[in-house]
Amino acid sequence: MHTDVNHVNGVTLAVFLVFFLLVTVLGFLAARWRRAANAQHLDEWGLGGRSFGTWVTWFLLGGDLYTAYTFVAVPAAVYAAGASGFFAVPYTVLVYPLIFCFLPRLWSVSHRHGYVTPSDFVRGRYGSKGLSLAVAVTGILATMPYIALQLVGIQAVLDVMGIGGGAHANWLVRDLPLLIAFAVLAAYTYSSGLRAPALIAFVKDTLIYLVIAVAIIYIPIKLGGFGHVFAQAGHAYATVNPATHKPRGELISSAKNQFAYGTLALGSGLALFMYPHSVTATLSSRSRDVVRRNTAILPLYSLMLGLLAMLGFMAIAEGVGKGVKGYNSQLAIPQLFRDVFPSWFTGVAFAAIGIGALVPAAIMSIAAANLFTRNVYKDLLKPDATPEQETRISKLVSLVVKVGALVFVLSMDKTVAINLQLLGGIWILQTFPAIVAGLFTRWFHRWALLAGWLVGMVYGTWAAWTVASPTQAHFGGSSKLVPGIGRLGYIGVTAFALNVAVAVVLTLVLRALKAPEGKDETTRADYTADADTPRLHKPDLTLAAES
Amino acid sequence: MSVSDPPSAAGRRVITPSRVVAGVCLAIPVVATLWVSSYARATPAFIGIPFFYWYQMAWVIVSAVFTAAAYVLVRREERARRRPVSTVGPTNAEGDGAGGADGLNGQGGGA
Repeated sequence: MHTDVNHVNGVTLAVFLVFFLLVTVLGFLAARWRRAANAQHLDEWGLGGRSFGTWVTWFLLGGDLYTAYTFVAVPAAVYAAGASGFFAVPYTVLVYPLIFCFLPRLWSVSHRHGYVTPSDFVRGRYGSKGLSLAVAVTGILATMPYIALQLVGIQAVLDVMGIGGGAHANWLVRDLPLLIAFAVLAAYTYSSGLRAPALIAFVKDTLIYLVIAVAIIYIPIKLGGFGHVFAQAGHAYATVNPATHKPRGELISSAKNQFAYGTLALGSGLALFMYPHSVTATLSSRSRDVVRRNTAILPLYSLMLGLLAMLGFMAIAEGVGKGVKGYNSQLAIPQLFRDVFPSWFTGVAFAAIGIGALVPAAIMSIAAANLFTRNVYKDLLKPDATPEQETRISKLVSLVVKVGALVFVLSMDKTVAINLQLLGGIWILQTFPAIVAGLFTRWFHRWALLAGWLVGMVYGTWAAWTVASPTQAHFGGSSKLVPGIGRLGYIGVTAFALNVAVAVVLTLVLRALKAPEGKDETTRADYTADADTPRLHKPDLTLAAES
Repeated sequence: MSVSDPPSAAGRRVITPSRVVAGVCLAIPVVATLWVSSYARATPAFIGIPFFYWYQMAWVIVSAVFTAAAYVLVRREERARRRPVSTVGPTNAEGDGAGGADGLNGQGGGA
C-alpha cells in the first residue's frame, strides 16, 4: 500500500530545503542583477527594465507558463481520466504558431508607447477607459485563482513529503511551511521585482529538465516498459466505476469527445497569452526578434510537458492510489516520485515542483499588481501619479494579491480554487477580441467589443455553472454541448464565438449610427517598430483627458 | 498626434511570397493538432506508446521546425526591407521613414 500516511524522510527534506534556501538567496540578490539607473520606475520593478535577451526570456516565459500547477495537474488529469488530460500537448503545440502572428506587434506597440499591461494598449488603441478597465479586471480575476493554484501545487508536495502533519494537526502546524514559503516569496518579489523570478527560473528549469529526463527513462524501465505501462493504464480506464456506472476514462479519445478535445486545446491556446503574466514576461524582452525567436524555442518546454503527462500512466502502472476511495489525483505524481526514486532524488524532484510554483506566483502577482496600478489606480484614481508612485503601489498590491491568494487557499476548499481557475480560463479568453483584433485593425467599435466581452463573460460563467460531474453539481467540467452543433465543446470557445459575433454585429450598427469611435494614439508604424526606434514620450496629461 | 496612416505605408505590399509561405508554415501545425480524428487511434505504437500520444508529441518538434522556418522567412524579408531605405530615393524613404519621423519627435520629448 503506497498511500499510507507518509513519514518525513530526512534526506528528502534536507535536499528540498537546500534548494529552497538557494533560490531565496538568489531572489534577494536579483535586485542587483542588471541594475538600472532608476530602480524606482515601474519599467524596472515590473518589467525588469525591458532588457531581457533571448535566453533569459526563454527561461522566464518557460518558468511562467509551465507552472507547478501544470506539473501536478496535467499528469493528474491523465492519471484520472486518460486521453482527455493530454489536451495540454496539442494546446502547447498550436499556441506558438498563434502567438508568432500577434505577439511581436504587441511588443512593438508597447515599446513605442511604454505600455506595461495589455489594458494599457487597449486604452491607447481605442481611447476607452471602460474597455481597458474590463480587460484589466478580467485579467486580475483570472490571475488570482491561478496564483492560489500554485499554492495547491506546493501543498501537494508538502503533503507527500509528510510535513504539515496531515489533516488532524492544528491549522498552524499544518499550514506553517506554506506560510513561510510564501512570506519569503513575497519579500523577495517586493524587493527585486521581475528580476527575482527571472533569475530563479534558471534553477527551476534546470531542475525540472533534469527530473523529467531521469523520470522518463528510469521509471518505465522500472515498471517493465511503456507497453506494460499503457496496458495497465488502458485496463484501469476501462474499469467501470460502480457509483457512476461509467468507465474511469479512455486511453484514446473517442469520437464523441474529440470536438471537446480540439476546442479545449484551441481555446487554451488562444487564452494563454491573454493572461497578464504572459504579457509581462513578453514585454520584459529586449526586442521584437527576441519574442519571435522564443516562439521557436519554447516548444522544448512543451516536449517536457508531454513527457510529464506520461507520468500519469506510470502512476497507474505503479499502483499509486489503487484501491483508495476518493484518492486525490493531485497527489499522484509527487507520490510516484516518492515511491520510485531514491530519497535524495525525490528531494530534487520536490524542489523542482516547489520552486516551479514560486516563479509563476511571483510573475503573476507582479502582473496583477501592474494591472491594478496602471489601469485602476492611475487611469481612474490618480491620473498624475509619478512613475515612483506607480512602483510603490505596484509593490504593495503584489503583496496584497499574494496574501489574498494565501487566505483563499487556506480558508476555502481546494475545489473552489480549481473551479475559479476553470472560469478564469473562460474569462480571459473573452479579452482576446479587444486585444488581438486591436493589434491588426481599428475596425471594431470599442462599445461593440465591450458588449461582446460582457456576453462572453456571462454566457461562459453560466454555462460552466450548469456543468455537473459525479462529485460536483456545478463547475463539474469545461465542456458542454454546443448549441447548434450538438457536440461537446469547450465552453470558452463557444463564449468566444458569441463574443465575436456580438462585436461584429454591434460594430456594424454603431458605425451606421456614427457613434464616437474614440481616439487612437497609435500609428501603423508603431506595430512594426523595433528596439532601435525610440519610445515616444508624450505628456501624461493626454491619458487623463479622454474618457 | 498620430491618428491617420502615412499615405505611402498603405502602398507597401502586405502580401508577399515569403509571408504567404510563413503563414502556411504556421497554419499547418494548428490544423494538424486540431484535426483530432486523424490521430485518435492506438496503432501503430512506438516503443509501446500508443499512436495517439507519440504522434502529438512528434508534432511538438515538427511545429517548432515550422515556426523556426517562419521566423527565418519573416526576418529575412524585414531585413531586406530595411536595407534599401537609406539608399533609395525620397518617395520610398518617406514611407518607411514614417516611424523614424515619429521617433525623432520622441527623442526630442525624451531629451
